[in-house]
Amino acid sequence: MAKKPVTFTLNGRESAAFAEEGQNLLDFLRRSVGDLSPKYGCGQGGCGGCTVLIDGEPHLSCLTLAEAAAGRKVETASGLATGPVLHRLQEAFMERFAAQCGFCTPGMLVSAKALLDRNPRPTREEVIEALSGNLCRCTGYEPIIEAVLDAAGERARA
Amino acid sequence: MTTVETFPTLAEAARAMGSGAAFFGGGTVLMRDVNAGEGPQRLVRSADPALKEVRAQGETVRLGAGVTMARILAERDLAFLHSVARQIGGPQVRNMGTLGGNLFAPHPYGDFAVALIALGARAVLAGQGGARPVEELMRERARPPLVAAVEIPRPRSGREFSFLKVSRVKPKGVSVLSVAAFLPAEGGRIRGARVAWGAMGPAPMRGQGAERALEGGALDAATIARAAAQAAEGLDPPTDALASAWYRKEVAGVHLRRLLERMERG
Amino acid sequence: MSMIEFRKEFFRDERDDNLNEIGKPTRRQDILGHVTGRSPFYDDHLFEGLLHIRCARSPHHHARIRRIDVSEAERSEGVVRVLTGKDVPRNLNTLLSLLDFGLDDEPLLAETKCAYKGEPVAAVIATSEAAARAAVKKVRVDWDVLPHVLDVEEAIRPGAPTVCEVYPGNKFVYHGKYDHQKLRYGDVEAAFRQADHIVEGRYQMSPIEQAPMETCGAIAAPEVNDRYVCYTGTQALFFSLGTAAKVLSMPSSRLHFVGGTVGGGFGGKVDSIHEPIAILGAMLTGKPCKFAWDREEEMQVGAPRGAERWYLKDGVMKDGRIIARQFTGYFDSGAYTRLSSYAIIKGVGHLPGPYTIPNVSANVYCVYTNRTPATAMRGFGITGVDFAIEAHMDKGAEAVGMNPIEFRILNAYRDGDMKAHRREAKNCALVECCQVVAEKAGVRLSGEAAAAASTKGGGGERGRLPAHTVTDQDGRVEGIDTGGYARKGGGASVSVPTPPRPAAPQYQSAPTPAPQQAAPTPAPPPAPDAARKGALRFSSLSGFRRR
Ligand SMILES: Cc1cc2nc3c(=O)[nH]c(=O)nc-3n(C[C@H](O)[C@H](O)[C@H](O)COP(=O)(O)OP(=O)(O)OC[C@H]3O[C@@H](n4cnc5c(N)ncnc54)[C@H](O)[C@@H]3O)c2cc1C
Ligand code: FES
Ligand code: FES
Repeated sequence: MAKKPVTFTLNGRESAAFAEEGQNLLDFLRRSVGDLSPKYGCGQGGCGGCTVLIDGEPHLSCLTLAEAAAGRKVETASGLATGPVLHRLQEAFMERFAAQCGFCTPGMLVSAKALLDRNPRPTREEVIEALSGNLCRCTGYEPIIEAVLDAAGERARA
Repeated sequence: MTTVETFPTLAEAARAMGSGAAFFGGGTVLMRDVNAGEGPQRLVRSADPALKEVRAQGETVRLGAGVTMARILAERDLAFLHSVARQIGGPQVRNMGTLGGNLFAPHPYGDFAVALIALGARAVLAGQGGARPVEELMRERARPPLVAAVEIPRPRSGREFSFLKVSRVKPKGVSVLSVAAFLPAEGGRIRGARVAWGAMGPAPMRGQGAERALEGGALDAATIARAAAQAAEGLDPPTDALASAWYRKEVAGVHLRRLLERMERG
Repeated sequence: MSMIEFRKEFFRDERDDNLNEIGKPTRRQDILGHVTGRSPFYDDHLFEGLLHIRCARSPHHHARIRRIDVSEAERSEGVVRVLTGKDVPRNLNTLLSLLDFGLDDEPLLAETKCAYKGEPVAAVIATSEAAARAAVKKVRVDWDVLPHVLDVEEAIRPGAPTVCEVYPGNKFVYHGKYDHQKLRYGDVEAAFRQADHIVEGRYQMSPIEQAPMETCGAIAAPEVNDRYVCYTGTQALFFSLGTAAKVLSMPSSRLHFVGGTVGGGFGGKVDSIHEPIAILGAMLTGKPCKFAWDREEEMQVGAPRGAERWYLKDGVMKDGRIIARQFTGYFDSGAYTRLSSYAIIKGVGHLPGPYTIPNVSANVYCVYTNRTPATAMRGFGITGVDFAIEAHMDKGAEAVGMNPIEFRILNAYRDGDMKAHRREAKNCALVECCQVVAEKAGVRLSGEAAAAASTKGGGGERGRLPAHTVTDQDGRVEGIDTGGYARKGGGASVSVPTPPRPAAPQYQSAPTPAPQQAAPTPAPPPAPDAARKGALRFSSLSGFRRR
C-alpha cells in the first residue's frame, strides 16, 4: 500500500518519515519516528495518553491522521526538557509526586504546557478544565493539579 | 483498509465523494473506526480555506464546516455559542472536532447540532446553491451530504437562547441528554419557540410537545410547568450504558424546566 | 493541601519514634523517567519486523466449538500464522497451580467450548495490527450455542448448565474436600437462640474493572542461545514467567523476562495470558511478536474484580454486644478460577471483620458463571465483604438503638482478644479510629465509649478459644485429588482427567525457524523432582503441607 512522506517539526527539529495509509499520528510517532513518549491507552480519544501539541494546542494523536501533521509543529513530552534542564512542570511533577505509574504523565505534561503557554497564571478551575481530557487511574488527580499550580506560581515569580 | 485522498478545493472533494467515501472533518469520530479496523474505504479531505471561514458579524453568522469548537470559543462575537462549544469533549476534542462533524456524529454525540437545530440554522451544501435547514439533514445521517458551511441566525439577546447538557462525568462527560431552546418573544409572548433535544432519539430532534406548550405564552412559572409536563412527548430515546430510555424520558421534563427557569431569570 | 494528620499520641509505647520518611515529601525513584517520557513500558521497545497478534473470540456466553476453520484467515493479507489451542503445548492451566492450589481448568486458546463472551479461540499473527484485525474476522467457528448462567445463586441450583467441566457443580473445591471454604468458631445456632435480636442482611457488589491506563500486553522475541526475551506489563513477573514455562512446557531458564515498569495494574495484570501467547508466536514464527489488548478487550475480557453476594445474620444482645455472626458468601469467579479461589481464603481469614464475636460461622462459595473470569484487584477478597460487614454494623446499631460508632467501639477487637481464625489480636486500633471519626463528625460519645482503648479490656476470657466449636461435613465432595503442579515438580499431569488433546508440537531451538508443521509427538514433560519431604508447614492456601 502507498506510503506517504510526511515532513514536520518535532520538538523544534525538522523530521520526516513515511506514513502508512490511514495510520494515526500516535502510531507514526512511536513506530515510524521513534518518539515513544506519547502513549496508547485507548485509540478512541477517551484517555488523553496520546496527547501531543500541534501548533501549540493539545491534540489526540490517536485520532489524528499521520499525514495531517505534514508541515506542522508537533511537540511531545520528550521535547519538554532543554538538554539536561527540565521544564518547570517536570520539576513540579517530581516534587509533588504527580505520577505513580507514569503512563499518563507525558500526556498530562503537554496538556499542562499548552495551558501555561496560553495562560501563565491559571486558576485551579482552569487547570482542571485543561486536564479534563487526560485520564489518570493512579493519582486521583490532586497531586497533578497541585503540580501544575506550583509550576505556574514559579513561572510568575521567575 | 482505508485510503485517504486530499483535495485542494471543496468542489473537487464533493466530486470525489461517492460510495464507500466519508468526508473527514476533525476525525474525532471517524478515526476511532479507522483504528478499530472498521473505517470507511475512502476518507476524503479538503484543504479548502472556505472550510475554516468564520463570519461572526451581522444577523446571520456563517461558519465553515471545518471550524473547530476551539475556534468558536476564541471568537468573541460568537459568545452565544460558547456555552455549547465549551461542553463538547475535553480540550483536545475541542481543538480537533468540527462543526460539520458534529452534525453527523452518532449518539450520544451531536450536542452542537442540537443548538443549531434550536437556532434554526441552515447548512450550505458543497457545490449546491442555497441552504437547507440543519434539522432536515438529520434524516440523511446514514449518507450525509457534504456540508460547506452553516448559517446561524444570531439571537437578539442572551435571554432568547440557552443550552443545557446533562452528563455524569464533569467536565468532559458525554450527554445523558442535551437540550436547547430558542424563544424569541414579541410583546412578552413567545413567538416561534424552538426546542431541540440530543440523545433523545436516533438523531438530534425538535421537541414538539415543549414547543407547543411554550408558543404564545409568557415565560413564567405556569408556562414552564406546562412545557416540562409535555417535554417527553414525541421523544424516542435509546437505552445505552449511560441511561435507559425510561430514565431519559422521566428526566426530560426536569431538565427542560431547569433550562427554562435559567432563561426566565435571564 | 495535605490532609494527613499525625496522631503520635496513639501507640506511643508500641514503636520507636524514629520515622524518617513518613510525613515528609519524597521523590519516587522512577520519577525522572516518568516526567521525561522515558520510562520503559513494555511497548516502548522497538523491534524491526514486529508481528502483531490479535485473537478471534467467542461472541457467545457459552457455546461448544464444533469446528474452527482458520484457512481463510491464514490466506488473508499480511498473515504469517494462525494459532489455535492445538499449538499450545499444555493448553490447560490454573494460575495458582504454581502454588499448588486448584486444578488446571482454563485453556489459553479454547478448543472444545467457550464459557464466556470474548473467550479466545484463535490468535492471528500478522505483519500489522490492521492486517491482524482484518484476518480475525475471517476465522470461522462453527458454534453450538449452550444455555448460559450469569448469576451465582442460579449457577449452583440443580440443573444449571455446567460452566467449567473441571468443577461440575460450578463450585471450586477447597482442600480437596468441600465445595466451599468453611469457618467454624463456637456455636452460632445456640447463640442465635439466646440473642435478643436477629439482624439479617443481603449485600452485593458488581464486578469492577481495574482499568489501568496501559492495556495488558507483552512483546516476545527470539534471543540468542535458544532463549526468548519477553517484555511485559505484568504485575507479577515471576508468576508470569512460571506460568509461561508451564503452558509452553519449557524450562524457565529459556525465558528472559523484562518487566517492572507497569502502566497501572491494580490487580488486573497478574493473569499471565499475553506472555505465553507472545512467546509462542515468537517460537513458531521466529520473529518478534506483540500481543496486546485494545481498550475494548481490556474492558470486555480483561478480568475484573469479581462480583460478590453476601448474606449476613447477627445475634445481638440488647446492650449491643454481638454474640454470633453467620456468613454465606458467593464470589462470582466467572468462567474459570484465576484468583477467585484465593480471594475467598483471604476473605474468610478476615471474618467477622475487626470485631470480637464469640460465635462465628461462614460458608463461602467460589462459583463459576458464564461471565468474564474475575481476578485480583486491590484488597480483593476483603473489599466486598467489608462493605457488607460495615453496612450490617449500621443495621445492627439501628436494631438496638445505639449510635453506630458506639456500637463499633463496643464490639471492636481489643489487644489480646481471640479472633475467629484463631489468632490473637495485636496492635488493634479500631477503637481509636472510631473515636477520631466521632470527633470529626461531631458525634458525642458516651463516657464509656470515649474512655475505651484498644489496649484496655482485651484478653482474659475474650482471649480464649470457644469451649466447643460445632463442625459439620456439609458440602463434602468426594473423588477430587488436588495433586498439584508445584508439589510434583512442575511437569507431572494432574490427576483429574483432562480432556484428551491432540499432541503438542515440539519446538526446535531458535534461531532456526520453528517448524510450521507440528511434529506429532507430545512434548516430554520436564522430569519431576523427587517429591519434597519435610516438616509440616501451614499455608493459608492449602492448609497443612509437608515441606
Ligand atoms: C473523548 C471524546 C469526547 C467527545 N465528547 C463529545 C461531546 O461531549 N459532545 C459531542 O457532541 N460530541 C463529542 N464527541 C464527538 C466528536 O468529537 C464531536 O461530535 C465532533 O464535533 C465531531 O467532529 P469531527 O470533525 O471530529 O468529526 P469527523 O470524525 O471528522 O466526522 C464525523 C462524521 O461527520 C461526517 N462529516 C464531517 N464533516 C462533514 C462535512 N463537512 N459534511 C458532511 N459530513 C461531514 C463524517 O463523514 C463522519 O460521518 C466526543 C468525541 C471524543 C473522542
Ligand atoms: S490513546 Fe488517544 S486518547 Fe487514548
Ligand atoms: S500515574 Fe498512573 S495513570 Fe496517572
